[in-house]
Order: sequence, then C-alpha cells, then structure tokens
Amino acid sequence: MATTSTTVPSAGPVVGSRSFLSRLREGDEIARLITFLFAASVVLITLLIVYELWQGSVLPRHKFGFAFFRTSVWDPNFEQFGALPFIFGTLVTSAVALFIAVPLGIGAAIFLAELAPARLSDALEFFIDLLAAVPSVIYGLLGIFIVVPVMRDVIQPALKNSLGFIPLFKGPAFGIGFLTAGVVLAIMVIPYIISVSREILLSVPRDQREAALALGSTRWESTWKVVVPFARTGIMGSIFLALARALGETMAVTMVIGNTPAIAASLFSPGDSIASVIANQFTEATGELYTQSLIELGLVLFLLTFILNGLARLLIVVTSQRGGAARA
Amino acid sequence: MNMNAQLRWRKFVSNFMLTMTGLCALVAVSVLFFILGYLVYHGGTSINWDFFTKLPAPVGENGGGMANAILGSAKLLLLATLFGVPIGFFGAIYLAEFSSSKIAFVVRYAADLLNGVPSIVIGIFAYSLAVHPFKHFSTYAGGFALGVMMIPITLRSTEEFLLGVPRTLREGAMALGASKWKTIATVIVPAAYRGILTAILLAFARVAGETAPLLFTALGNRFWSNGWNEPTASLPVMIYNYALSPFEDWHRQAWAAGLVLLALILIINIVARAILSRGISVPRA
Repeated sequence: MATTSTTVPSAGPVVGSRSFLSRLREGDEIARLITFLFAASVVLITLLIVYELWQGSVLPRHKFGFAFFRTSVWDPNFEQFGALPFIFGTLVTSAVALFIAVPLGIGAAIFLAELAPARLSDALEFFIDLLAAVPSVIYGLLGIFIVVPVMRDVIQPALKNSLGFIPLFKGPAFGIGFLTAGVVLAIMVIPYIISVSREILLSVPRDQREAALALGSTRWESTWKVVVPFARTGIMGSIFLALARALGETMAVTMVIGNTPAIAASLFSPGDSIASVIANQFTEATGELYTQSLIELGLVLFLLTFILNGLARLLIVVTSQRGGAARA
Repeated sequence: MNMNAQLRWRKFVSNFMLTMTGLCALVAVSVLFFILGYLVYHGGTSINWDFFTKLPAPVGENGGGMANAILGSAKLLLLATLFGVPIGFFGAIYLAEFSSSKIAFVVRYAADLLNGVPSIVIGIFAYSLAVHPFKHFSTYAGGFALGVMMIPITLRSTEEFLLGVPRTLREGAMALGASKWKTIATVIVPAAYRGILTAILLAFARVAGETAPLLFTALGNRFWSNGWNEPTASLPVMIYNYALSPFEDWHRQAWAAGLVLLALILIINIVARAILSRGISVPRA
C-alpha cells in the first residue's frame, strides 16, 4: 500500500486530500480552469452589455440629462430627442396587456391546478408551453392580418358605441394603435402567467385545501380564500415576469402599434414604444447623437426589465420556499 | 330556510366561478389551436416548391421564394450554436462540479439577468461590438447576437440536470480511482445527456424565431450572401419585411415562411420534451 496521497485516490473526503500536483497531473486543475473561463465569460458578457449601453449613450446623457425623459419632441432633423412618447407607449401597451392577460391567465391557472384532472392539466400545460415557444414575429404576423381587421371593424366600433363617453375609447378606429398592441401582447404573455401561476398553485400544500374543505367551505371558497392567498406572492411574481416580457417585446408591437410617436388619451390612437422605435429607426439613424439616443432608450429598457425580473424572481422564490417549508 | 338559501347561493357561486376558470383555460388553449389552424391553412395554401428553391423576386413581381433566407437562418443558427452552447455547457460544468457557492451565485445571477435582457437590447449590444467597429453588417454579428441569447438557457438547465445526477454515481467513479474530470466526462455528463440535449434543443428553438437581434446585425439581403462576412437574409426578418409590405404576393410568402418557421420550432420543442420524458431521467426542477 502506498502511503503518499499522490498515488492513493483519497480515502477521506473525496477531493481535498490529494495534493495540488496530483490533481494537476490528472487534469483536474486544467479542467477547472477551462470551465471557469467559460463560466466567467457569462459574467463578462453581462457586464459588457451594461458597459456598452452606458458608454454608447454618453452624448444624449450629457446633452439632455433628465430632460430626455420629460420632453416629448423626437425630431432627428433638429437633433431634439425626448423619450416621453415612447415610455408612454411602452407603459400603456403593457398595462392594456396585463389588464386582459392577468384575469384570463390566473383563471386558467386556477382551473388547471385546482379543478382539472391531472392528465388533462398536464396535457393542456404541454400546449401552453408550446404557445410560449411561438416566436414574436409570428404573433406580429397574426396581429397584422387577424387582430388589426377585427379591432378596426368589430371591437373598436363596439367599444366606441358603448363606452365612447370615456376618453379612452374616443377617436377614429384605425385598427392599429395602443389597444391592438396591448391585445397582441396579452395573447403573448398569457402562457407565461398560466405556466408559472399553475406551478405555484400546485406547490400549495394539500392540507391547506383539506382544512378549508373540512371547515365546510365550498370548492371555490377553499380556492379563493385559502389557496390563492397562500400563493399570492408567487402569482404576483408571475405577473411581474409577464410585465417584463411585455415591456421588452419588440416585433409584435412594432408590427401593429402604428409607429407614430404620440401621447394620446385614446387607446385607439397609433403610437410608438421604446422597443419599436429602436427597431424602426436604428439602422437608418444618421449622426452620433441620433444613434446614441436610441441606445439610451435601450438602456432604459434594460433597467426596467432588470428591476422587474429581479422582483419577479424574488417573489417566486419566496412563495415556493414557503410552500416547501409548510409541506416539510 | 335562510341557511339553506345561503348554502345554495354559496354552491352556486362556487360552481359559477369554477366554470369561469374553465372558460379561461378554454379561451387560452383555443388561441393556440386558432393560431396553428390559421397559420397552417394560410401557409399551407401559399407554400410551394419555389419557396424553398428560388431567390426573392424583384419588388412588385410575383413569384420567387426564400431560399437565401432559409440558408441564411441555417448559417446564423449554426454560428449561434457554436458560440452559445460551449459557453453554456462548460460554464454549467464549472457551476455544478467545481465552483464555490459564492462564484456560482454570481454566475447564476448574471445568467438570469442575461436571460431577461430584451432581445432588441441584445441587438444593440451585438451592433456596438460586432458591427460598429467593422463598419458593416455581417452574418457573424447576427450569429453572435443569437449565440448570446442561447447562453443563459443552456447554462441554467444544463446545470440543473448535472446537479440531478445521483451522488452515488460520482462516488462510485471516484472510488474506482477516476480523477474528477474523468468522472465528469465518462460518468456524470453521460448520465445527464438527455437533459443536456433537451436544454440545447430548447435554446436553439428559442433563438430560431428571434427577429429583433437580427435587424441591425445580419440586416437582410435580397440575394445569396457572399460569405460569412456579408449581411444575410433570414426567415424571421423576411417575415417581418414581407408582412409590412404592400404586396399581396409578399403577404402570401410571409405566411408560408411563418408556417415553415413555426413548424421547425414546434417540432424541436416536441422532440426535446420526448427525449426528456423517455426512459429514466433526472428530475426536472
């Protein structure tokens, strides 16, 4: 029996006991170094994105400062760049999307988690996952050729006739505009809400339901007053996740929003969003200030989604841990 | 009597609300079938052999196809895979096998952040790094943009599948005297290969339909691309341009391209899930 640790592959703790030289000879240190470089490059790329966005938007940040976010004139010819209409458009379309998608998505998630038999629930979940995989340009295609005509000919006139006294639903119905972009976004984010909320609802411990039912509550009361409140933070997380997607979504919005920078009270009005203005104008932007203003818009978008994604992940982790702890 | 009425009311509310949730699920799922149905119908009637073999026709002329875009997409996805998958895969090995928990936290955090970056912002990033310094759009730049998007998906799921490999397998290999990297290469990765393959396929499917990062990297091209350093056409960008054009025949081709793209993505997704669910596999987290 050899006594040096160089020849005996560890009797005790698996790694620590072998000398550095032996690990080097066996290739472990090399493997560690190589894989470390790959892992480090992930961090590097992420930092590089932040750096490029920051560095690439020096000019407008210095020239306009905070006025960039407060002014609404976007005129490349006179080098005036104010981001307000785009921020407005992004927020309005996302709000419309959530207004539609949240009730629908959470309702469907409740059905899948609480009511549907496991096999049906899994089968439907499979389809919903596929729905989440459909690329946004295809949603845009369907948006242009299906949603826009339906909005123009059916839904917008109907809204105008019934709710036209509210400023939101005034004005000519073009089909394109904030409302249509919001509807297309809603179709896109519903799968995310369903998928995450269902997962969260399924992680609620069984005893919670059984206790409520044993106290004489109906199926709905146990769901709405016990299970949903238990999963509340996680469901909020799924909504934030959907919001982050909606804010950053480019193609589908660009194809149906109308691409006119505007701040309007009416949802029927054509508009523009942060992502869509970048998509439309970036390649044709002439002059450093123009390009850099678009990059600054990209920076704004990055920060918005960064904050929302962070919050969403925090909420989801907190809920699933609570569910796990209660089950244990 | 009053009790009874109240109970009946509560039961009615329960049934009503539960039916409503079912209706929500029905609406959500029927959207998928509607989308698939409409796309298959429209795309199916628009698609023909020319679509796969011919170049786009000059503006305003009927006919032509998207052969250059199909090849362009294939080239872009090849580049993306060559760039994104190694970083994701080896990075995941580092996280699962070598890393201290602090470094792992930082890398995971960066990956999750990267995963949430809007694709248009990735486009700006690739533009400033791979287009602006060289003063021209290129296939490389497009492939780079898509590759960056593949990294976090590959990394996070590969790591999860590696961590799911039972401890006993590791200990068995080590007890036989294998070094750590040999254990990883011959025992751990093979044990998790289904999961890893699934992760790579899903990442591939995710970027296959991405349009925004290509708009100002690979740009587009009405002809065959003259090499990797030239701008190239791609299916998603063609769909975007053709759908917004005023020509009826281009709309038809946009539908056909949409069908081809969606079919590709859904098939990869289904295959990936089938690989994962067949035989013993690592528990999905």
